[in-house]
Amino acid sequence: MGLDVKPVSTLSEKASYDVADFAVPTGREEEWRFTPLNRLRGLHDGTAVGDGKVVVEVNADPEVRVESVGRGDPRVGSGYTPTDRISAQAYSSFTTATVITVPREASVERPITVRLRGESAEQAAYGHLTVIVEAFGSATLVLDHTGSATYADNVEFVIGEQASLKVLSLQEWRDDTVHVSHQHAHLAKDASFRGFNVTLGGDLVRIRPSVSYHGQGGDAELYGVYFVDAGQHLEHRLLADHSVPNCRSRVDYRGALQGEEAHTVWIGDVVIRAEAEGTDTYELNRNLVLTDGTRVDSVPNLEILTGEVAGAGHASASGRLDDQQLFYLQARGIPAAEAKRMVVRGFLGQLVQQIEVEEVRERVEAAIDVELAK
Amino acid sequence: MATLEIRDLHVTVADKEILKGVNLTVKAGETHAIMGPNGSGKSTLAYAIAGHPKYTVTSGSVTLDGEDVLAMEVDERARAGLFLAMQYPVEVPGVSVSNFMRTAVTAVRGEAPKLRLFSKELKERMAELQMDPAFAQRSVNEGFSGGEKKRHEILQLEMLQPKIAVLDETDSGLDVDALKVVSEGVNRFSAAGETGVLLITHYTRILRYVKPDFVHVFADGHIVAAGGPELADELEAEGYEKYTKAGV
Repeated sequence: MGLDVKPVSTLSEKASYDVADFAVPTGREEEWRFTPLNRLRGLHDGTAVGDGKVVVEVNADPEVRVESVGRGDPRVGSGYTPTDRISAQAYSSFTTATVITVPREASVERPITVRLRGESAEQAAYGHLTVIVEAFGSATLVLDHTGSATYADNVEFVIGEQASLKVLSLQEWRDDTVHVSHQHAHLAKDASFRGFNVTLGGDLVRIRPSVSYHGQGGDAELYGVYFVDAGQHLEHRLLADHSVPNCRSRVDYRGALQGEEAHTVWIGDVVIRAEAEGTDTYELNRNLVLTDGTRVDSVPNLEILTGEVAGAGHASASGRLDDQQLFYLQARGIPAAEAKRMVVRGFLGQLVQQIEVEEVRERVEAAIDVELAK
Repeated sequence: MATLEIRDLHVTVADKEILKGVNLTVKAGETHAIMGPNGSGKSTLAYAIAGHPKYTVTSGSVTLDGEDVLAMEVDERARAGLFLAMQYPVEVPGVSVSNFMRTAVTAVRGEAPKLRLFSKELKERMAELQMDPAFAQRSVNEGFSGGEKKRHEILQLEMLQPKIAVLDETDSGLDVDALKVVSEGVNRFSAAGETGVLLITHYTRILRYVKPDFVHVFADGHIVAAGGPELADELEAEGYEKYTKAGV
């Protein structure tokens, strides 16, 4: 660790709702050094005026409460305080927030869908979504991002005692989109959260999924698949902050890259604080490089401040398509291009198969096939 | 009648000559055993026939029914009717056996089999090889034991019905029960049609179950002796010593 590199445990120390509390990033900061700031269209330096629009439509069963609220609503920001400049900018700039509440003990069968459709990449937009699952409640949420946008937002999931939330966030933006998002899960005692990002579209997408624990027994699984084409910058920065004992986290992100200047960044931060005894964590990132000209930055950071852990590990592996696998499939008569598709589909499919919403799973499989056919 | 003809085949791996002029003809209805000590180049012959990119053919020819095999891509060779049962089958995570087999069968037969018929056929053949039906849903070779991998190779052999099958040390690492099951699979394949088998092995053990018509002794990159099944008995009794010393 160099002198200028801060330990993971300090990363979310600076937290504020006010954008003025954060300096404009220069690109030299640890948290910004992989992101091409010049492609952020001013989301990071205050020049992006929020006069654009991302249309939000929520579709949910009647037992789920869906509200549009103003900035003053006390529930907004109750689960998460921005920890970087763009997050604070989004928090300072949104006008209307969406609050979705799954009532106590409600077991919502049908997935709640939130469609976020960008109307134009020309103008910037800021958003805020708060999802509250009250004690013993359970639900599945689909965030469906499409269209063209220059968009920064904060998404907070406040999950009550023994409640459970599964989130599928699909980034199927058009190729002119810039999207910077914070997705934070705030877990009460024995709460469980499974977040699944599927990032395929956009010029620059930077997502910060993070988890904090506020009672023992919290369980978070953070999954993601991405497919990076020529010129795309797709970045995922995970943080599991274990500050209470006996919680669990699992991170598994996998991606494929093809084409000139296809760039992916994966940062996996896990901190196990001194008081978080009995923590069980594992994080994994794997990348499959399909062509020349791509770039992978994959950095797992595991910081353990207690000697009493149940399990802690991380792994990162990036490599080219395995010639032996291709030979094996071809030796059974399968043409090279199809063999390659099968290997990539299989590689991503191990995660994709875990998407329980069938309609979404099929859509993701089809979208990956489209990427592979490019 | 299918014929695989190998003429004066020279092959290098990383600029080192491994095969030094192999001549061999395998016709449908015949079972040939190639036996030889470790490092003699037996597996190189198998991979060179299948077209593995690591192996470079420097001279000679391989033809299947007169067609130039060496000019074909790996997958074209398989579709032309060649099959290699591999010594070390490769894991393909996330690709199920069932999906893999259906894709391969579709490629080799030239049309997609009817799903119901395919499922039935796969199930029956797996039962014959004493494979748990649950394997159909598992990822190809992932977490398979040595014996399971070899059964899976023979499953593919029987599903794909090639003209000429090359079995590269399919017997290695098998216990007697698994060896019998695998051998029965090879015999079913031989009996089912006009097909040829080239069995590459280090040990004579499998030849008790799969009876060869011809036995070739392989040493230092080429065939040094040929005969009938009796040659295998001689090797069983005397080992390879006499052949590896020859020419020194």
